[in-house]
Amino acid sequence: MQWTINGQVREAEVDFRTSLLDLLREQFQLSGTKKGCNQGACGACTVLVDGERINACLALAVQYQGREITTVEGLAERGTLHPVQTAFIEHDGFQCGYCTPGQLCSAVGMAGEFERGLPSAVTQDLAAADLEWSRDELRERMSGNLCRCGAYNGIADAITAALGRELGEELTR
Amino acid sequence: MSALDKGRSGDRQPSGVALAGDYWRPEGRLDPLSEKGRIGIGAPLSRVDGAEKVTGGARFAGEFTFDGMVYAALVYSAIANGRILAIDQREAEAMDGVVLVMTHENAPRLNTPPVFLRSPNGAAGDDHPIMQTDRVHWNGQPVALVLAETQEQADAAAESIRVDYAAEPAMTDFELARTHARQPDNVLGGPAEITVGNADEAFASAPHRIDAIYTTPRHNHNAIEPHALTLAWVKAGENDGEDETLRIHDASQCVDLAVASLAEVFGIDAAQIHVTSPFVGGGFGGKALWQHQILAAAAAKLADRPVRLALSRKGVYRVVGGRACTEQRVALGADENGRLQALIHSGVAAMTRHNNLPEPFFQATKCLYAADHIRLSIDVADMHMLANTFMRAPGESVGTFALESALDELADRLGMDPLELRARNEPERDPTSGLAFSSRHLLEAARSGAERFGWSERSATPGRRREGEWQIGMGCATATYPYMRMPGAAARITLTPDGATVGIAAHEMGMGTATVQTQVAAARLGLPVEKIAFHYGDSHLAGSVLAGGSQQTAAIGGAVIAAQRALVAELLALVGQGSPLSGLSPDEIECRNEGLGVLGDDSRFETYAQILARAQRSELSVEADAAGSEELANWSMHSFGTIFCEAGVNSVTGEIRLRRLLGSFDCGRILNPKTATSQFRGGMIMGLGLALMEETLFDPRSGRVMNPSLADYHVPVQMDVPEVEVMWTDIPDPHTPMGAHGIGEIGITGVGAAVANAVYNACGKRVRDLPITLDKLL
Repeated sequence: MQWTINGQVREAEVDFRTSLLDLLREQFQLSGTKKGCNQGACGACTVLVDGERINACLALAVQYQGREITTVEGLAERGTLHPVQTAFIEHDGFQCGYCTPGQLCSAVGMAGEFERGLPSAVTQDLAAADLEWSRDELRERMSGNLCRCGAYNGIADAITAALGRELGEELTR
Repeated sequence: MSALDKGRSGDRQPSGVALAGDYWRPEGRLDPLSEKGRIGIGAPLSRVDGAEKVTGGARFAGEFTFDGMVYAALVYSAIANGRILAIDQREAEAMDGVVLVMTHENAPRLNTPPVFLRSPNGAAGDDHPIMQTDRVHWNGQPVALVLAETQEQADAAAESIRVDYAAEPAMTDFELARTHARQPDNVLGGPAEITVGNADEAFASAPHRIDAIYTTPRHNHNAIEPHALTLAWVKAGENDGEDETLRIHDASQCVDLAVASLAEVFGIDAAQIHVTSPFVGGGFGGKALWQHQILAAAAAKLADRPVRLALSRKGVYRVVGGRACTEQRVALGADENGRLQALIHSGVAAMTRHNNLPEPFFQATKCLYAADHIRLSIDVADMHMLANTFMRAPGESVGTFALESALDELADRLGMDPLELRARNEPERDPTSGLAFSSRHLLEAARSGAERFGWSERSATPGRRREGEWQIGMGCATATYPYMRMPGAAARITLTPDGATVGIAAHEMGMGTATVQTQVAAARLGLPVEKIAFHYGDSHLAGSVLAGGSQQTAAIGGAVIAAQRALVAELLALVGQGSPLSGLSPDEIECRNEGLGVLGDDSRFETYAQILARAQRSELSVEADAAGSEELANWSMHSFGTIFCEAGVNSVTGEIRLRRLLGSFDCGRILNPKTATSQFRGGMIMGLGLALMEETLFDPRSGRVMNPSLADYHVPVQMDVPEVEVMWTDIPDPHTPMGAHGIGEIGITGVGAAVANAVYNACGKRVRDLPITLDKLL
């Protein structure tokens, strides 16, 4: 069986019960993607598949052959941290670091969803051609990623600093 | 934000640091690093492990591997009390990949683990024998363990195991258990009842009285990293048995205590056990020693294979204890001016006969208010349940909910501002111990917090402020947590021409320890932070430091002070006749500019590299024990703060949303405003959870936890959390290392009451039963 992970084709033979999360962690030692609940409640296992964020714990590995999978290990390009990664350090968007890979992948996926015009539960005008970016949009859209250390303000500040301009918010926060 | 600016102050920056003296004595000198403007202290340094954490490079305990490693899965009991009649494991043993099924019938003989706070070696949550008999003591106790080549195989095999029980009557209903409550023999090593004067008599005759019952539910830590470990029995040579070393990668907040306990359980020398824990995905009191580590090590021995055991989220609820539920009475008697004549704080907490933590809800009440007559007491109700344990600010978190709600009720009754009522009862000395406070600037923190929050905008009458459907109110409460510095801390400093390594068996679970202690060591040794490597999370390192009781900052600080003195003495012994430092004693010396200089004489100086080179040494390594924590006998030592909350209550649905939250703290010197801000906020957000949503649902019929998942146990999410503002007095405590206090726990204290008081101010409904959910407002 074959998967494309962080631009590399990887091969393994796995149990059909194996989740994408366990494939990454146990077969390929890509342990950056975390297991917080293994039931889709915490978001620590968030990865990008063809640019969209999913919970890898709820995905069967066999179903994701042939898709482009990006994990936290693949966010940096040629040794240069992704702007979101740099901003998380600068704004202290974590304490223990266990939810962090999921937060980072989720932030990148969330920005893509917003740019594609997907509304959220707090979007006021569902018919608008251009969504209006706000702190509440960010908070609502990042609410699937739990952080028990409570670094939420820092996470929101970091995402705003890294992605806010392209999403339409001034960097003044 | 204002708090962050404090680290960038342009104060005078002294170039050198003299050796710290006897800060713990009344006549002692304060630690020079307490002074404002010290280079590096108070700087908002980003986390030293930040890059590892954002790239996925930080390896946690369940991510290490050993050759030939197998995976474990646990089977949990379905009854709360009784015996195992039979275990049918035939199907499991026949399944693909299964290596071992371990039950009480084939588990290796193990000694009973020593219990935390009961035995000097105790790290264990309870003293039940572990898989040694057919007895079941709680619903969820591990009754079988499966090892298999893959996790999927282990999980499937565990599911197939059938257990028959002979259930016996179990005490699983707190309402019933509390009617048989008993006084425990101690509460955190102190008495379970404390009295000053005659509080009951004084209360009966007080002109203004509040007498109310407050209840708080069970809580679980829910660190996002579930407990996990990877371990192997490593043979030193050809011989079996005695030469084996138990090598454990664990998620631990007490590596040394875990080693000591495991040595007792397995009947081996502590030197044969090595525990490391470089990254811990959140602890909050939950990551000590529970059955899973012992079972994994026992199974590894039985199967002769390395083992990975990662608890499922549900598994964490079954085998790792949480905070006990409490029922508390607070009775306040006051005169016309609001002066407290009587203060009674008593009640019951759930516990078991096999652990030693009566949820110490009266802790905060011991030191907060100057009542003439005080009575504090805690009883425990024994239950058949998993032993309860320490969770962030055990005692203060739920105790301040009761006490600070009652203060608000009294203020309301007297028609007095709640901050004014508290100020009128500010004590001169500790009201129960009689000791002087080492550092108490609570009123200053309250004043500056009130000003920043706009407290004067609050209407004294509930229900006056409205925006559409939303009723809006403000509340405040006092936060407090003790300063602690436990015995056992030691540090090793290894100096080379390129810098210094500081090694200490302490822990980093996200508190910022590694970052802050790098700053402190750099400042103390006169080195840039880039030249300091701080090593921790390894039982082979110096000392034994528990990541608990908010004590690590001070404990490590005290050990590094001792090690610095030893290092300077050794360096002075190395310098020869030709050195400008020749013949001097450590107290005439300061560390500056990557070397040693003479106090008050800029011209006499040598770099560490010069001293080492002349002595033809490539490195110098010293280890020293921290001084005893005598300061705790000399003063009453606590951190303080005031929490301010603005809450909105939806008048149609009862929904509660926090609009603003501010904490103004008095916790000594703040060493790194960036990581400190996160610590304070993190505590306050866990307090938000305690106030509004967190509750472990315990079935009174079966003793089973009914919501063992993050889908059903609600913790605050991004959308629940407003901008949390924090500020601090930054006044050093003259009697602690760096003038600092630990800050990991105070943030959660006071928040429950601040929210409840804000909800009352918004809509006029007083909720005395946590969490404050919308059904309680309709």
